[in-house]
Amino acid sequence: MWGYIARRLLATIPVVAIVALVVFSILHVAPGDPAALIAGDQATPEQIAAIRGKLRLDLPLYEQFALWLGNALHGDLGTSIFSNRPVATLFLQRLEPTVALAVMTAVVAVVLAVPAGVLAAWRAGSLIDRAVMGMAVLGFAFPVFVVGYILIYLFAMKLRILPIQGYRPIAEGFWPFLQHLVLPSLALGLSFMALIARITRASMLEVLGQDYIRTARAKGLPTRRLLFNHALPNAAVPIVTIIGVGVALLLGGVVVTESVFAIPGVGRLVVDAILARDYPVIQGVLLIFSLTYVAVNLIVDLIYVLIDPRISYRGGS
Amino acid sequence: MKRIGLLAAAIVAVSPANGPASVAGQDKVVIRSVPIGNLKVVDPIWTTAYITRNHAYMVWDTLFALDADNKPQPQMVDTWSVSPDKLTYTFTLRDGLKWHDGGAVTAADCVASIKRWGARDGMGQALMSYTAALEPVDAKTFRLVLKEPVGFVIEALAKIDSNVPFMMPERIAKTDPNEQITEVIGSGPFRFVANEWVPGSKVVYEKFKDYVPRKEPPSQAAGGKVVYVDRVESIYMPDHGVAMAALASGELDLHESPATDLLKLVEGNPAVVVVPNDKLGYQLFMVLNHLHPPFNNKAVRQALLSGIRQEEFLTAMTGDPKRFTICGAVYGCGLPNESKAGVEPLLHPDPETAKSLLQAAGALGAKVTLMDPTDNDLHSAALVAAQTLRRMGFVVEVVAMDWSTLIQRRASKAPPEQGGWNVFVTNATATGTANPLTNNFVKNCDQAWYGWPCDPRIVEAGRQWALATEPAKQHQLIDELQGLHMENVTNVPLGMYRPTIIYRKELSGIIPAPAIFYWNIKKKH
Repeated sequence: MWGYIARRLLATIPVVAIVALVVFSILHVAPGDPAALIAGDQATPEQIAAIRGKLRLDLPLYEQFALWLGNALHGDLGTSIFSNRPVATLFLQRLEPTVALAVMTAVVAVVLAVPAGVLAAWRAGSLIDRAVMGMAVLGFAFPVFVVGYILIYLFAMKLRILPIQGYRPIAEGFWPFLQHLVLPSLALGLSFMALIARITRASMLEVLGQDYIRTARAKGLPTRRLLFNHALPNAAVPIVTIIGVGVALLLGGVVVTESVFAIPGVGRLVVDAILARDYPVIQGVLLIFSLTYVAVNLIVDLIYVLIDPRISYRGGS
Repeated sequence: MKRIGLLAAAIVAVSPANGPASVAGQDKVVIRSVPIGNLKVVDPIWTTAYITRNHAYMVWDTLFALDADNKPQPQMVDTWSVSPDKLTYTFTLRDGLKWHDGGAVTAADCVASIKRWGARDGMGQALMSYTAALEPVDAKTFRLVLKEPVGFVIEALAKIDSNVPFMMPERIAKTDPNEQITEVIGSGPFRFVANEWVPGSKVVYEKFKDYVPRKEPPSQAAGGKVVYVDRVESIYMPDHGVAMAALASGELDLHESPATDLLKLVEGNPAVVVVPNDKLGYQLFMVLNHLHPPFNNKAVRQALLSGIRQEEFLTAMTGDPKRFTICGAVYGCGLPNESKAGVEPLLHPDPETAKSLLQAAGALGAKVTLMDPTDNDLHSAALVAAQTLRRMGFVVEVVAMDWSTLIQRRASKAPPEQGGWNVFVTNATATGTANPLTNNFVKNCDQAWYGWPCDPRIVEAGRQWALATEPAKQHQLIDELQGLHMENVTNVPLGMYRPTIIYRKELSGIIPAPAIFYWNIKKKH
């Protein structure tokens, strides 16, 4: 197992290096000039060139990349061209809202969608099954911002039981923190729930058709134990995979939800940086994203071992 | 539950911006507003971005400022004098001016600040080019000695548009003008709360208790800056619809730049005030590339003046005729340098005349590359420009791009088919285009902005205006400049429009100005 983990961690290095190189290349091939944006409309070409020089944007690309990479290997992700703040500081400022939203969305989605998918599979073909799958289709069909607007209209503007927008750090109290996350996590969670419910249903259907399930049912096992103690663990691998992918995507920031609900998350940080061509921020944060994806995938693979004893990573398997 | 608590504690531990300071704000009188943009740069000398200028007005002060009649008034200056030969200006600061870190404001601070501003700003550079010496006389007095008399010293120091000559502590003002300052310490009525700044999301200001306001009533950027609130939280919200809803419900107090097409959502709300706060607003104009066909031909450029209907552009920008003004004055309508010379074709457009002028110039069917910034308010004006040019008989290629790409591409002098361009639409604050020194957009030849117009007569007339000290002579030169700009068609004025602000009725005392000034505002609580 440890050997497997070590091999996966080593494999991270070339993956992250390629991501860094590709992101850097795309950024600098794409048009846009942060020095001109900073200097403003009234600036002369000489002033823009002076700023470009101070920011070292006039260096050859290979030199810019080498400088950035060298610093990144020492833990320095650089400084924002615009705000003059370390990229790490900017990222950490946005981390709490992003993690909070991701965790809440994932919890809500898993808690609601997994049982719904199990139930749909157990009652395949029934009205319950059709209702759950119908909801799943709606969950995919509605864009997040539309769901967000509907939830805001109903719960914040009409019923006035939840706030319209914003984020409250947990240090300001757990209830305000939670209040401000309910609507965004529901809006964001709907499509995630749809996906989990469908995968759960499909996976459960496959397992429920197995002989051992028929045997367990014949032996009189209670339905709940049958479904959740026997069938679900065997169906869990694809479900865990999809949850892992979903959580990784959530941690990467969900800019539409963050924009609708005015949540200062990582998604908005990256999109704003892209529009402004704030190269250090884009490069630094995307590097962190790639490490996050790798870590989440590794955790998911390790969870497989916990839920399915048939899976082992010993001896190269 | 324990695990959730540990996770929450871990998250808080790595979130430096979310500390008790936010909690402390709950007992204070707080204004929560949505700014015009996303504050990324805090240095108003390093960038001309209006969001940075607006932020700077909170924390820094100026030697002079424009009042509601756009006349310069002393602000940090107590008294000032000009020698009989008009070469030496002597300024003495008011008593009691302090920096946010407790130090006294001195003449040396002002000298360093003017020099830094003069290295970056167009009007400042012009002033410095005529300056023989700028030095402190004593702790509160400094002197500016000119090489020859000019008529714009006080106007320059009272400039309200970017770059505004804000005064900073000497150690900060000595920062290289091409680098950003690292501290935000001013002597203005608010202090910047650095540890609560989340770039791109939230900026917090608190009342500076040691600020000494002038005794006069406030008047635009001049007069007494008395602060009646404890704290201002400026929250950037990209979604206009949600921002409107938040303001209507009371979660926000003021929106500095609401989407015009969503104003109807709040116009009938008895708790909300909808008003254009800046009586002058913005100038819209069409920038032409004078280097390449077809607009390298003066006759073709002149044809445009007859084919443009300003009303179409302004309706696309504001949707409401009450918020725009048909205006052909290059230096703005309603401003001291308004002139009507040469504006007839613009005020009475005639598409048939335009077409026949184009035909005579051999430009019917000429290809035009128009840059369209799709992530910007100017996108609607760009689409109107495309249609207008097509109506006149041009073949228009609309190249959609984001603003960042546009500002890079506009710097290209290459032919349009090799990555250059022919035309784009842009805007500027009316106060920023108010005179030949501030209006960089119509400068010519060596000083030309993008588009690269060049008429040496305009350069000379602009130079004469800077040297003129008599108002009558200045007006005469303005008429001459306006006429020359219309003859050469430096750019095509598309009129003026006033942006709207919305705020809750709990607020009062908002000063009409190009930026929202948070002094003088009271909040019922």
